[in-house]
Amino acid sequence: MQELLSGNEAIARGAWEAGVTVATGYPGTPSTEILEAVVGYKEDIYCEWSPNEKVALEVAAGAAMAGARAIVTMKHVGLNVAADPLMTLSYLGVEGGMVVCVADDPGQHSSQNEQDTRQYARLGKIPVFEPADSQDAVAMMAEAMEVSERYRTPVILRSTTRVSHSRSMVTLGERRQPNEVGFERNPPRWVPLPLWGRRMRVEVEERLSLLSEAASSSPSNRVEMRDTSLGIVAAGIAYQYVREVFPEASVLKISFGYPFPDKLFKEFAAKVDKLLIVEELDNILEEHIKALGIKCVGKEVVSPVGELSVERLRDTRARLEGKELPKPTHLPEEEGLPGRPPVLCPGCPHRGVFHALGKRDVIVTGDIGCYSLGVFPPLSRTDTILCMGGGVTVAHGMDKAGERRKLVGIVGDSTFFHSGITGLLDVAYNRGKSTIIVVDNRTTAMTGHQEHPGTGITLMGEPTIEASIEEFGRACGMKRIVTVNPYDLQETIQAVTAEIDAEEPSLVISRAPCPLKERKPLGPRRIIDEEVCVTCGKCVKLGCPAIESSEDRVRINPLLCIGCRLCEQVCPVDAISKEEE
Amino acid sequence: MKSEITSVLLVGVGGQGVLLASEITARAALAAGYTVKTNEVHGMAQRGGSVTAHVRYGEEVFSPLVPMGEASVLGSLEEVEPIRYHNLLKPGGLAVVSAQRIIPTTVSTGQATYPADAEERLKRVFPNLVYFDAVKEAGALGNPQAANMVILGAMSTALDLSGDAWSESIAACVKPKFLELNLRAFSRGRDLV
Repeated sequence: MQELLSGNEAIARGAWEAGVTVATGYPGTPSTEILEAVVGYKEDIYCEWSPNEKVALEVAAGAAMAGARAIVTMKHVGLNVAADPLMTLSYLGVEGGMVVCVADDPGQHSSQNEQDTRQYARLGKIPVFEPADSQDAVAMMAEAMEVSERYRTPVILRSTTRVSHSRSMVTLGERRQPNEVGFERNPPRWVPLPLWGRRMRVEVEERLSLLSEAASSSPSNRVEMRDTSLGIVAAGIAYQYVREVFPEASVLKISFGYPFPDKLFKEFAAKVDKLLIVEELDNILEEHIKALGIKCVGKEVVSPVGELSVERLRDTRARLEGKELPKPTHLPEEEGLPGRPPVLCPGCPHRGVFHALGKRDVIVTGDIGCYSLGVFPPLSRTDTILCMGGGVTVAHGMDKAGERRKLVGIVGDSTFFHSGITGLLDVAYNRGKSTIIVVDNRTTAMTGHQEHPGTGITLMGEPTIEASIEEFGRACGMKRIVTVNPYDLQETIQAVTAEIDAEEPSLVISRAPCPLKERKPLGPRRIIDEEVCVTCGKCVKLGCPAIESSEDRVRINPLLCIGCRLCEQVCPVDAISKEEE
Repeated sequence: MKSEITSVLLVGVGGQGVLLASEITARAALAAGYTVKTNEVHGMAQRGGSVTAHVRYGEEVFSPLVPMGEASVLGSLEEVEPIRYHNLLKPGGLAVVSAQRIIPTTVSTGQATYPADAEERLKRVFPNLVYFDAVKEAGALGNPQAANMVILGAMSTALDLSGDAWSESIAACVKPKFLELNLRAFSRGRDLV
């Protein structure tokens, strides 16, 4: 049977077919839908949203040490958080197969950087597979699990935005019988004290050369001989673009690219007159192939910055052939169109907090989540964003550096549980003065509303504890803790102002559920009485998509307004009220 | 069955139903026996941003994304968004655009202006333009939510997929209680071309 699956759904399907029984992860675009699809197999697979990627990877590692097949999912920057356990898991190895599914985001569609996960494969000396479409993803999960068990190593499955979020046909298969679980006690195998760790280090090197041979004979690496005047080595989505732009060229499709399949590179290079390496992001294969003494071209004609495309490879082709860049057959871009960047939704509770922060000249260090959108005009109330949890700690660092303005750190609820708690502990322990605001909308909103330790529900839909942000604050030693309703502007402004002014650290929790998740109005829609409105623009400065302003009038779009009442509270002339039924 | 790839582009603003329309197009092409690939936007852009969905079908499809100037047909649920992506359409390709204006906050806050001459610009960049108010058309049939089906119906006139393939796909993608409405909206769209 065939099914049209996204790359992420195919990774989940592949895991199920491969007999996986444990799946963990933390949401992050473009990886999120993998675990969301795994939930569809929850009768057979235990799955969880872990508080962060490090925890998720460790949980999956434990399962694999006990003999189960396990996957862990995350976006590329999540692997930075999980890098610590991964680097040593490479030494310990696994018993049941373990695949670390990482989705990179070339082009930075939804990410703060563009790092190439294959660098981690090299750093950890771990095999990496790169599917080029959904069918590949299913097939490679099966092979990655086999490789993981045979060579006792975790394996990385690297996807990218265009693989994860594209749909293509998949032939569905049966589920493999899951492994028997039973941990075998054996400290020299599982404990990397220097005594044993040094031996493991040597074994990792030995494993690398065996894996290089395995990669050279892997069915996932495929030689397609056509015209031999040009041979192209391509991996992942780059393979698709290559086939479209160079239909006549011979292609070495690399899917099991590290440890490098040296034998295969040499054989392929010998069969073609000219060798081109096309890879998205870093030129890892190219540098290695050049180091083997094989003449080839790569980054001279394929830039390592941004994502590849058919258009970019057409330019590559022209440069390679020494021709003029292809003339666009299409019309030039139209100018003068209004930008349409993502914005906080109508009725978003974060808006109340940003409005309150606009009252004071403070430095606001932000974090990763919907509230990162508070950086854009007209709110313009975020000054820095570094990483998950950085909203808390960057504020503390500026405070300790002697920044003369007051510091406010913003962090979301899911992000607080992910890596805000340790930062808050630091602020309290090291006698900081920052005001830390947790914008708690009761969900992981930006990635599409995933559960987290504060929501009271697990990924598998079971009721559970609701971790309390206030209790965490108290446990960290925070003395000033206040919870506000961000839809009540007076209350929010008062609380935020008082805590900013305090000479002690404070924890402010702004709590209201994400209306996009609740999918119901907060109250009756608002309308503007144009007779009363003085077009002062105060409501417009809230940056609500429902408030539409033109030269001489302001109106509320009834299709978008959900009745949050923020605009009504900022209106100085009471021109805004609820719509009469 | 022809060997070249047919490309379809759907555009709009996050939350308008672009993804459902692309799903239906993909399943109709599958029902017609083609190989299909699609690509859609997730994550940040869904927060009120500009969104696109690409559908490509043929005997063999490689890139899931529509290259510049190769879409056979472009459909839009918003009035100015298609102008942003007009160069993805083949010269002379069919553009189906609904007269919905969704004002971005960049306009409300005075950083940009919404083109007053949207219709003229549409006509300029799309010589083969079908332009109507899909929300009004769907509303007349009983539910403005079916606007995306009206657009899809109009787009289908430029695609070589049978009526049966479309009906089969719509039935697979919408709730049974909305099926009849959606089929009527689709058929209304075909009549508007």
